[in-house]
Amino acid sequence: MSGTQHNIVMQAKGLVKRYGQVTALDGADFELRAGEILAVIGDNGAGKSSLIKCLSGATVPDEGMISLDGSLIHFKSPIDARRAGIETVYQDLAVAPAMSIAENLFLGREIRRPGFAGHVLRMLDKKRMLQESIERMNDLKVGIRSMTQAVETLSGGQRQCVAVSRAAAFAQHVVIMDEPTAALGVKEGNMVLELIRRVRDKGLPVVLISHNMPHVFEIADRIHVARLGKRAAVLNPKNISMSDTVAVMTGAMKPEDIPAECLA
Amino acid sequence: MNSFKDKLPPMGTLGPLIALVLACVFFASQSDRFLSTQNFSLILAQVMVVGVIAIGQTLIILTAGIDLSCGMVMALGGIVMTKFAADYGLSTPVAMACGLLVTTAFGYLNGVLVTRIKLPPFIVTLGTLNIAFAITQLYSGSQTVTDIPAGMNWLANTFTFGGATVSYGVVMMLGLYVFTWFALRETAAGRHVYAVGNSPEATRLTGIPTEKVLLWVYVLAGLCYGLAAMLGVARTGAGDPNAGQTENLDAITAVVLGGTSLFGGRGVVLGTLVGALIVGVFRNGLTLMGVSSVYQILVTGILVILAVATDQLSRKGAR
Repeated sequence: MSGTQHNIVMQAKGLVKRYGQVTALDGADFELRAGEILAVIGDNGAGKSSLIKCLSGATVPDEGMISLDGSLIHFKSPIDARRAGIETVYQDLAVAPAMSIAENLFLGREIRRPGFAGHVLRMLDKKRMLQESIERMNDLKVGIRSMTQAVETLSGGQRQCVAVSRAAAFAQHVVIMDEPTAALGVKEGNMVLELIRRVRDKGLPVVLISHNMPHVFEIADRIHVARLGKRAAVLNPKNISMSDTVAVMTGAMKPEDIPAECLA
Repeated sequence: MNSFKDKLPPMGTLGPLIALVLACVFFASQSDRFLSTQNFSLILAQVMVVGVIAIGQTLIILTAGIDLSCGMVMALGGIVMTKFAADYGLSTPVAMACGLLVTTAFGYLNGVLVTRIKLPPFIVTLGTLNIAFAITQLYSGSQTVTDIPAGMNWLANTFTFGGATVSYGVVMMLGLYVFTWFALRETAAGRHVYAVGNSPEATRLTGIPTEKVLLWVYVLAGLCYGLAAMLGVARTGAGDPNAGQTENLDAITAVVLGGTSLFGGRGVVLGTLVGALIVGVFRNGLTLMGVSSVYQILVTGILVILAVATDQLSRKGAR
C-alpha cells in the first residue's frame, strides 16, 4: 500500500436482495483492501449476513455488481466463489468430526498419487497430504501435534483453528469468517483471533463477521457497519469508542455526525 | 496429551474380532464338531450371501442411512435371474445381468427417493421392502424356480484349499470385501462416503456433491444385493421367492456387530465381515448344540442390541 491509494481486493456496489416482501439488502456497498482485517457488524436484520452470502456465493443478488481484483464476478454457488479463490469459514458446521485433521484439510481437494496407483487405482497420496498438512499448520503456528488424530478429539477452539487453517491454505484472494469465535470460550476465542491475525500477516485479506465487539476492536483494521440494508459507515477502530460504534450500528448516531477522524 | 491412546486401534475395530474369537472358544468347548476345517467351510458357505448383502448395507449405514429392503431386493434379483433363464431361455450371463439390473434399479429408486424427495431412508426402504416382496411373489406365483441352467450353480462349485473346501462364491465374497475396503480407505470417493455420514452439511460446504455420493451409495448397494442373489441361487440351486427373509435383518446385524455406527461416518467394512461371521458362528454353533432356531433368533436379537448399546456408550465416552 502506498500513500492514500489502497489496493482494493474485493468491491461491491449497490447490492439489492429481496426475499418476497422483505428487502434484506437495499443498495449496499462493500470494499475490502489488500492485507486488512475488515470486520462487518450490524444488528439482526441489518443485511450483514445477506451481504456476506452474496460475497461467498451462497446467494445471488437481485441487483448490483461485485468485483474481485478489478474484474466483475457472478457467483452462482459457494463452489464458484471457492474456484475464484474465496474461502469461507462457518461458525460450527465446518468439519467432519470422526475424520482426521489432515483428511479434513484436504476434504474435497484430495491429492492422488502419481502414476498407475493414482490414475488407474485412484489411490490417495495420504503421505503427501499429511506432509502438506503439517507444513501448513506449522506455517500458521497452530500447535496441534498429530495431524492423524480425529477432529473430535480437539477442543472447540482447535477445531475452529483447523477450519481457519484450511481456508487460509486454499484461499487465493479472500477469507470470509462468519462468527468464528461465537461458540468459543475466552481462551479458545483468543487462540482463534491470534490465528486470524497470522492469516492476515501472511497477506490474505480477511472479512470477519462478528457480534463480539471486544473481538472486533481487538483485531479489525476497519469496521464496516451495516444498517437497514445499506453500509452506514466504515469506521477506524483506533479513533472511535466501542459505545459510539454501537450507536452508529443502532442508528442513535447518524453517519453524517461521525467525526472525520473516526471514518476509515 | 494422550498420544498413547491415539495409537491404539479404536474399540470399534478390535471389539468385533474379540467377540468372534470368544464365540469360537465357547462353541468349541460345547461341541467337538465345531473346530473342524469342514465346519468352518460350512460356516463360510452359510455366511456368503449375508456377507455380500452386508457390504451394500455397510455403505448405506456409513452415510447414516439404513436399507430395510436389502434381503427382499436380493430375492427379487434371484427370481428374475432364474425365471428369465427358465422361461425365456436366456443364457446364464444374460439372465444374471438382468437380475443385477433389477436390483441395481431398486437401489437407484431408493437413492432417488432419499436424495431428491428427501424422504428418510428408513421409510423409503420400508416401502421398497414391501414392493420388492410383492413383485417377487406375484412374478414367481410364489413358486420356486427349479429348472435353471447348470451354469447358475457355478459359484457353488468348490476347490480344496489347505484341507478346506472353498466355493468360488466364498472367494467372490472375500474379493468384494477387499475391493470395498480398499475403495473406502484409499480413494477420494470412499472418503467422501465417510464425510457424508459424518457431517453432510460440512461436506457439502467443501464443495463435494453430497447427493451424488449418496445416490451412488444406494446404486452400489443395489448391485451388491444382485451379486448376493447370484450366490443365493448358486447355493440353493433354485430361485427362491422366500429367500432373503432372515438375511434382511442378519445383514444389518452383521454391519452393527462389525462396529459400524448406525449414526454414520464410522466403521470399517472388514468389521462387517467379522460381524457376518459372528452371526454365522452363532447360528452354526447353536445348531451343533441342538438349540432350536427360535432361540437362535432370540440370541441374534440380543446381540444387535448389545452392539448398538456399545456403540452408543462409546460415543458418549468420546465426547
